[in-house]
Amino acid sequence: MIKPGKMLRQVISSAFKKPATTRYPFVKFDMPEFFRGKIKFIPEKCIGCNLCMRDCPSNAINIVKVGDKKFKAEFRLDKCIYCSQCVDSCLKKALETTNEFELAQLDSKNLNIVFHGKPEEDIKTET
Amino acid sequence: MVNSLVYILIFPGFLFLGIAGMFFEYIDRKLYAKFQNRVGPPWFQPFADFVKLLAKENIIPEKAERKMFQVLPFFAMAAIVTSFMYVPVWGTHALFSFNGDVIVVLYLLSIPTLTFFLAGYSSQSLFSMIGAVRTLTQFFAYEVPLFLTILSAALLAGTWSLSEMSVFYNQHHWLWLANLLGFGISIIALLGKLEKVPFDIPEAETEVVGGTFTEYSGKLLAFFRMTIDIEVVVCSALLAAVFLPFGMNLHPAIGFVLFILKVLSVVVLLSLMRSVFARLRIDQMVNFCWKYIAPLSFLQLIINIILRGTIK
Amino acid sequence: MDRVIIPIGPQHPALKEPESFRVTLEGEKIVDVSLRLGYNHRGIEKACESRTFMQNIYLIERVCGICSHSHSTCYIQAVEDLAGTEVPKRALYIRTLVGELERVHSHLLWLGVAGHEIGFDTLFMYSWRDREIVMDLLAKLTGNRVNYGINTIGGVRRDISKEESEEILKAVDILEERTKYYIEVATQEVTLINRLSNVGKLSRADVELLGAVGPVARASGVDMDTRRDDPYAAYSEVSFKVITADNEDVYGRTLVRVGELMESYSIIRQVLKNMPDGPITVRVPRKIPAGEAISRYEAPRGEDVHFVKSNGSDTPERVKLRAPTLANIKAVLKMLKNYNLADLPIIIAAIDPCFSCTDRTISIKKLDTGSTEIVDWKSLREYSIEWYKKRGIRF
Repeated sequence: MIKPGKMLRQVISSAFKKPATTRYPFVKFDMPEFFRGKIKFIPEKCIGCNLCMRDCPSNAINIVKVGDKKFKAEFRLDKCIYCSQCVDSCLKKALETTNEFELAQLDSKNLNIVFHGKPEEDIKTET
Repeated sequence: MVNSLVYILIFPGFLFLGIAGMFFEYIDRKLYAKFQNRVGPPWFQPFADFVKLLAKENIIPEKAERKMFQVLPFFAMAAIVTSFMYVPVWGTHALFSFNGDVIVVLYLLSIPTLTFFLAGYSSQSLFSMIGAVRTLTQFFAYEVPLFLTILSAALLAGTWSLSEMSVFYNQHHWLWLANLLGFGISIIALLGKLEKVPFDIPEAETEVVGGTFTEYSGKLLAFFRMTIDIEVVVCSALLAAVFLPFGMNLHPAIGFVLFILKVLSVVVLLSLMRSVFARLRIDQMVNFCWKYIAPLSFLQLIINIILRGTIK
Repeated sequence: MDRVIIPIGPQHPALKEPESFRVTLEGEKIVDVSLRLGYNHRGIEKACESRTFMQNIYLIERVCGICSHSHSTCYIQAVEDLAGTEVPKRALYIRTLVGELERVHSHLLWLGVAGHEIGFDTLFMYSWRDREIVMDLLAKLTGNRVNYGINTIGGVRRDISKEESEEILKAVDILEERTKYYIEVATQEVTLINRLSNVGKLSRADVELLGAVGPVARASGVDMDTRRDDPYAAYSEVSFKVITADNEDVYGRTLVRVGELMESYSIIRQVLKNMPDGPITVRVPRKIPAGEAISRYEAPRGEDVHFVKSNGSDTPERVKLRAPTLANIKAVLKMLKNYNLADLPIIIAAIDPCFSCTDRTISIKKLDTGSTEIVDWKSLREYSIEWYKKRGIRF
């Protein structure tokens, strides 16, 4: 049975419902808990095996020795593809995913992040 | 002299029509968005578009005919604003009226369509030629029903002047109901004239990139878009004056408010039809208009002739 | 009227991805079409040869945004075939689940794009609004809205919990109701039927001659589906119908895709009900033994074929992809003849083109002598800089 204007009823009732759009910058949107965003590094657990460096598809992580059994990690956020393969490859669970995805910067130097000895500080430095 | 200047520039001239055009464009876009469950643009969006386009550079293709390319938007706008002088807005009498002004208004309203064709033709680019030819083909399909329905309403009133028609319908109170079939047909024909879905074939964005306006940019495009907005207001006002002529002999302020409401209802109907249909092909559209719409408009003409005979 | 040649593409509002069709028109009728591919070529197959098998999963996934899980699973199946691993059952079921969710999102996207090409923006907005339900669900399950990254050599990376299963079932219920509404709109709305019927006809003999795959072939009555003919993952243990239609035109392809949506919902429900317990991954050594393997997968657009050759080290020697759009492109040229220009966008959209998947060209033909040669990266770059300099463009 052919009806012209079949969507008429739905269209008119949509005019009175709330819009389906989320007004993003004004309304904060939370991604689910295990969304693959920025990676966090816990320096105490790292043993320097470099498995994460070997498995990274885009060479975005660099582990540097800063002392006896102390390591720091340098991330390049513009190279990272947020696949979290490094998290799976790490045997000591020194890397974790967070669900932070608003990582845009105006200056590309701010996209090189270094995680130093103390876990509370992650300092954006020029490398 | 001062009176004429006020009539031309302010009301009901460029300023009033410009603001009314932008207001009704906002209503149309906001309703279209609400029907699709979205948010839609804010109230100043048409004005912001106009100002942005004015600030951009005019790029004229090398092979185009410069003079005609540049003068066409203003030509179209002049025709539309002139035709609004004869449409009754706040009472039964328009600004100027004489016997035969229905024909003049309809003629002036077809000038913009011809300027769209000439705009596409003088751009000398492939996509604009295709769009221009489609505009003209569509013109031949919807023009006959539109003319016939408006003229049959004039026939019933026994006069060729819009103001006299208004007076006639306000005297015989329920006679405008006989024109309802004509109202439905002219809404469908109006979709073709204003190039809205399902008849927005000349400017089909996914097929020919911009249709007749592919090569236009900057100030010229701003004025073309303003012309299209004003065309919506003027054609809806014409339809409201011809087919919904009730309540015109009250106080002018109430008449004006009623006028805005009537034009609003026509614009809401157009928005609704825009959201519910897909776009037709040009041969399907010509087929549809000549097979179904034109015979119905003849039917309306015959009904009005018979009624006129019985009233006399 | 004379014949004019108009360029559709590389940049055109009808195409979502760049491709060059040079269309010869007589009035509004299409007389001849010629095609150039290659605008989206990124050298992925060559890049695979210098990365390990593990890194390649993420590279192959990014061949296409819409059918990313298909490419990734097809590649993984070939590698697991070479390594001789036995993937645990639970992992196979999870792969099937994500694959069917991807089919749902891809067909809803196609419905919206088809609506937009014929000027029916309301259908576009409604179907993409419903697609958001699937995207949010996939973000919760796998960690990302596109490019899911759920496969790893030897199984999957994440597990599905009880709450997530409940959520999937609820979402599938909502989507089934919406899809039933779209089926009603597709069979009853008169302007839609008029635009889509008797357009882009491809007879059954032509399908078998030109080698079309996927919903394009199924809409002409050819009964082929890799999920049933050559079962992989968990498809040998679920029951589903293969949807075909007899219309041979764009309307038939619409009906096939919408019918496949309903079948996907039934497959998802069966998978969730019968999901076995067990581990989700198996350890696989880094060096894959030498050999060659081919694997096939039914992507939302058709049959996807991957070939992997290994020489015993931890990087592959050759990876070759054949995407379904490459098989359907010749059929488009046949489908376009003698139809109107107004039908061109919907005919091209009817094969659901994904030119990112398609471009794997490697041979360059010299225009004057007609000979071909293999050009390396450095000389190709110098050649292109010279070409632009001759036209006065400096950078």
